[in-house]
Amino acid sequence: MLEFVLERGNYWAIIGLMMIGLYIAFAATNLIKRLVGLGLFQTSIILFYISLSRIDDGTAPILFGKDYGKKKDYDDDPSGGGEYAGEASDYAASGGYDGGHGYGGEGLENVYSNPLPHVLMLTAIVVGVATLAVGLAIIVRIREAYGTVEADEIRAMDLEVAISEAASEAEESKAGAV
Amino acid sequence: MIEFIASLVPASLAAHAPALLVVVPMLFAPIAAFMPNGRIAWLLSIIATGIALIMSISLIDQVRSIEGGAVLSYAMGGWAPDAGIEFRIDALNSMVLLLVSTIGFLAAIFSWPTVKAEIRDAKRAMFFAAYLVCFTGLTGVASTGDAFNLFVFLEISSIATYVLVALGATRDRRALPAAGNYLLMGTIGASFFVVGVGFLFAATGTLNMAELAVRLQDVQDNKAVLAGYAFIVVGLGIKAAMFPLHQWLPNAYAYSPSFVTMFLAATATKVAIYALVRFLFTVFGLEFAFEGSTLIWILMPMGIAAMIACSFQAVFQTDVRRTLAYSSVAQVGYMLLGISIGTAAGVSAGLFHLVNHALIKGALFMALAGVVLTYQGTSLNDLKGLGRTSPWTMTAFAIGAVSLIGVPLTAGFQSKYALVNALFEHGWWWAVAVVMFSSLLAVVYMGRMLEAVFFRAPSNPNKRRQEAPFVILIPLWILALANLWVGIQGGFVAGLADDAATALFIGGGS
Repeated sequence: MLEFVLERGNYWAIIGLMMIGLYIAFAATNLIKRLVGLGLFQTSIILFYISLSRIDDGTAPILFGKDYGKKKDYDDDPSGGGEYAGEASDYAASGGYDGGHGYGGEGLENVYSNPLPHVLMLTAIVVGVATLAVGLAIIVRIREAYGTVEADEIRAMDLEVAISEAASEAEESKAGAV
Repeated sequence: MIEFIASLVPASLAAHAPALLVVVPMLFAPIAAFMPNGRIAWLLSIIATGIALIMSISLIDQVRSIEGGAVLSYAMGGWAPDAGIEFRIDALNSMVLLLVSTIGFLAAIFSWPTVKAEIRDAKRAMFFAAYLVCFTGLTGVASTGDAFNLFVFLEISSIATYVLVALGATRDRRALPAAGNYLLMGTIGASFFVVGVGFLFAATGTLNMAELAVRLQDVQDNKAVLAGYAFIVVGLGIKAAMFPLHQWLPNAYAYSPSFVTMFLAATATKVAIYALVRFLFTVFGLEFAFEGSTLIWILMPMGIAAMIACSFQAVFQTDVRRTLAYSSVAQVGYMLLGISIGTAAGVSAGLFHLVNHALIKGALFMALAGVVLTYQGTSLNDLKGLGRTSPWTMTAFAIGAVSLIGVPLTAGFQSKYALVNALFEHGWWWAVAVVMFSSLLAVVYMGRMLEAVFFRAPSNPNKRRQEAPFVILIPLWILALANLWVGIQGGFVAGLADDAATALFIGGGS
């Protein structure tokens, strides 16, 4: 049991970070802190993808010249892609030269890092930065319009406006009825 | 008519239509941003969305050229699928693309007067650029065949949407917290989705949706796949405003610029529902262990809860835009109910309602934009007596309203009828009662508006009232007449929805 837990230390760390980030994003009243939580949440996802990319006993899936696109028989490959729940041999044989999971096999002792998740996370980082930038810009405008960045104070101010609006509305409709 | 427009597109362009549909608005966006004044940017956005519309019509024609619907696979950049990103267009995609680009084109035409009134001069060019980026994202989500690419497009459209919603601050400062809230919820939703995709990737080693569907068959009971499934459903549920996850929607719709409200209400949640349907039926498929119980225990109760709870909330709003926003969540409930039946007829009814609801809400919010333009307010009081002073705008509004209720001879009736039929077929007769009850609530909340519009004296006769300008009236009436056309002769849209559902069940089930 303990071994099972410790073996997956990276995932525990990621889940911990993810939940802390999610909690901050919901529980904080300060809008900046909410964005910090959101950033933490997104960063933990990046870590999640990066730790997925580790492959024991693998190597770069480079095929060139006459080997390109050639299907090989990987069925006798017992060890490829230890972390992958799917049958590694299956998709290696189906021509999955993109990922390179399951390539190599016996005789290789390197820990190989699949580049695909890294590339995906480059995109995700860009998305995260854009979100954060827009979020901060909105907070700046909120601060200009309300004079505060505390969510509960903003809600109280909005409520006041809504109540006074409803009151004037009722008056107006009363006047209209008369 | 479709064949005629499609025949105008040269074959060399038609072959690249899936890419052009996304790339053209994307390229026009930065050009629009650098235009010195808003009017040129407006024309550019009409051109870009117009090209997208023609491309989507060409796609519909290509898909329908084969009996039962062709599947067009477009390898982005010439990289074969699985290694590269695939754009995959089948009957479902082409329907959603046609919907998004039609609404996008009409919205672009109608936008100028409201943008002129609500957005400051210096920001207008940027505003149209943001609109084009948002449009790009939505068409991208609807055409991509790659799970991670879908996330990227989802975020492209969402980030542009946050900006557009926040620009409502010139009229009402409450747009800013609404946009902030939407940003928080939307980002969490997209992040959940991407975590789910990560789990699927870990279990299968691919991101291509068609390939995922094949490989997931072997690893159905894997816990990582189950967790990924849950993350994806919740993440897309937030984006689609599925019932308990809809809290961002009412404020975002009520305070954003009226053009943005109209565009979002008609497209954004629809595209998210498309993505949900795509994952539920194509990627996971009905044989997937969780699927049946998700449909019965999650989607169906949430759909019904939305239909009742949000219809009630809609009844008690004084602001017309908030009423319509809550009604939108309730209508999403109808779609989820249709999808949760899990039969081809049910999914087809859900998709049919998806298209019709876009037409309905597009028309309603467009008419309201006309009201805002001439009268600056959207409370129920402001609507009083408008039927006499601006009959054209308000007649179109009334057509949208009766269509939303589901009066015969309108689009809303056709899709509700299809939904009720599918429910009876499946033996869920009690759900039919819920549909009826929710429609009665729609009578109450839309009836209040119609009564105010046509039978009340103006509450403040001194204020100037007038007809909306022609640029608004024309797209508005196109949408209103589309409602009647679908209602009287619903064959075309119903056929599209049927084809889409068939494609899902044949393509995804096996």
